[in-house]
Amino acid sequence: MMRLAARDRPLALLILALAAIGLLVLAGPVLIVLLTSFTTSQALRFPPPGLTLRWYAELFDATRSAQIHRAALNSLAVAACTAAIATALATAAALAISRSRATWARFAEGAFLAPLVLPGIAYGLATLMFFSWLRLPPSFLLLVAGHAIIATPFALRTVGASAAGLDPALLESSASLGASPWRTFRRVILPLILPGVAAGGFLSFVSSLDNVPVSLFLSSAGTDMLPIRLWGMMESALDVRVAAASGVLVAVAFLLLVVMDRAVGLVRRMAG
Amino acid sequence: MGEGAWKLAVPLGLAQFSFFLAPLLLLAATSFATDENFSQFSVQAWLDVLGDSFHLGAVLNTLRLGALAVLATMLLAVPLALLHMVAGPGLKKIILLAAVLPLLTSVVVRTFAWIVILGREGVINTALLSTGIVSSPVALLQTEPGLILALTQIEMPLMLLPLIAALARIDPSLLDASSALGASLFRTLRKVVLPLALPGLLAGATLVFASAATAFISQSVIGGGRLAYLPALVWQQAMVVFNWPLAAAMALTLMGSVLAVAAALSALARGAQA
Repeated sequence: MMRLAARDRPLALLILALAAIGLLVLAGPVLIVLLTSFTTSQALRFPPPGLTLRWYAELFDATRSAQIHRAALNSLAVAACTAAIATALATAAALAISRSRATWARFAEGAFLAPLVLPGIAYGLATLMFFSWLRLPPSFLLLVAGHAIIATPFALRTVGASAAGLDPALLESSASLGASPWRTFRRVILPLILPGVAAGGFLSFVSSLDNVPVSLFLSSAGTDMLPIRLWGMMESALDVRVAAASGVLVAVAFLLLVVMDRAVGLVRRMAG
Repeated sequence: MGEGAWKLAVPLGLAQFSFFLAPLLLLAATSFATDENFSQFSVQAWLDVLGDSFHLGAVLNTLRLGALAVLATMLLAVPLALLHMVAGPGLKKIILLAAVLPLLTSVVVRTFAWIVILGREGVINTALLSTGIVSSPVALLQTEPGLILALTQIEMPLMLLPLIAALARIDPSLLDASSALGASLFRTLRKVVLPLALPGLLAGATLVFASAATAFISQSVIGGGRLAYLPALVWQQAMVVFNWPLAAAMALTLMGSVLAVAAALSALARGAQA
């Protein structure tokens, strides 16, 4: 900590106060959702008048919440396929561009990261128009294709950061000892960049699970997705099961965060 | 990895070409089409977007929402990043967790949280009523201030994480040196910290602006129907009215404005580094 002169105290206090508000604003809503999910009230009253597990019971009821379960399974399946494809594409591309100083590599990196800043809603609409122009009906595979485009940049960033740290001498000595490129990849490169690959896989999985703009245009009755279903439940009649579903999602996110942070230092990777 | 390493970028290049570039080109073509076979073209959809005061108003609303979200997230994220810079390892970890956890919880969940907070019987109204500051509930849902408050939390990680990364590169002894030389805290922040933090600040601003301007779910659930923002209009024209040329022209307008702001901010960042 810096030592503060008396004249600096007001500014330091102001910064500290704003930081405290910032922390409260960041974490508060998550805690409020958790508490609300146990409410005995039919309305979203806060603080809840009493606590019950009723909404969780309704949420996990196989017949009454069948639509939510189907949407959740669809979302998980799409996210798993998306993560596998995005991570594979991003790992290969990262090995090609992260260590090259050539102009094409900088250009390719910029192009590969472009989906990050592009408004998702414009891209979602573009995929709908593109696939209907190709006369392709909405399907699981089209959702995966759209999600993978959005998810790949997340994987590319974490794998790229790992690949940039590879020592070229290691790769050269592996090759000069007669190892094939594939063997060099399996035995030398992959073990070294595995934390980045795992973090990338995780982030692309989460990006797909949370995707709204592509699912908004490409999901259909047969391929209902969880965020779209929950949005429908929030927009129409007030349904406290949304709170229970949110509670489950927060708990899963927290568990995954702790596990991934222990395994690959996820938090450090996300902070650049 | 020898000379042929570039080939490894080909699969992603092909995927982006077929599933990213091609759809965007078709989107652009659709905005000029008059029928689905692209037999004739017109600029009617563009005239409807850029020549109509309602649509133009929605464009400006959307840009203003993005700008206000950037300012609001900055107000809280900058102090939080400064605290992270000087904090001990325990507090550092707490700040990072608080920044990352919202990013991993679905945007639908974060939006839902703000319905609970801003509603008539929500956290804010309960607090205001019980302390006697107001005598009847204040309308916060379906208002722009309510939406900006919600976006401040929903988008803050996008501002906070690049800032923390930028400030982490500052050597703490620089700060001690600055104050030992008699500079006030304000002067140290302005002359030493700000120039080094600027790239992170501008990167965060770009991400927050792009995300807030296109946050369809938050805009439609918290902002409600009375506030017209581009993403909701795009969705309506595409999925309810089925006027695809107009939807495409509005989507491209949104895209153009976001990319223009991103380009301006990255030019600023380059200028600041030079």
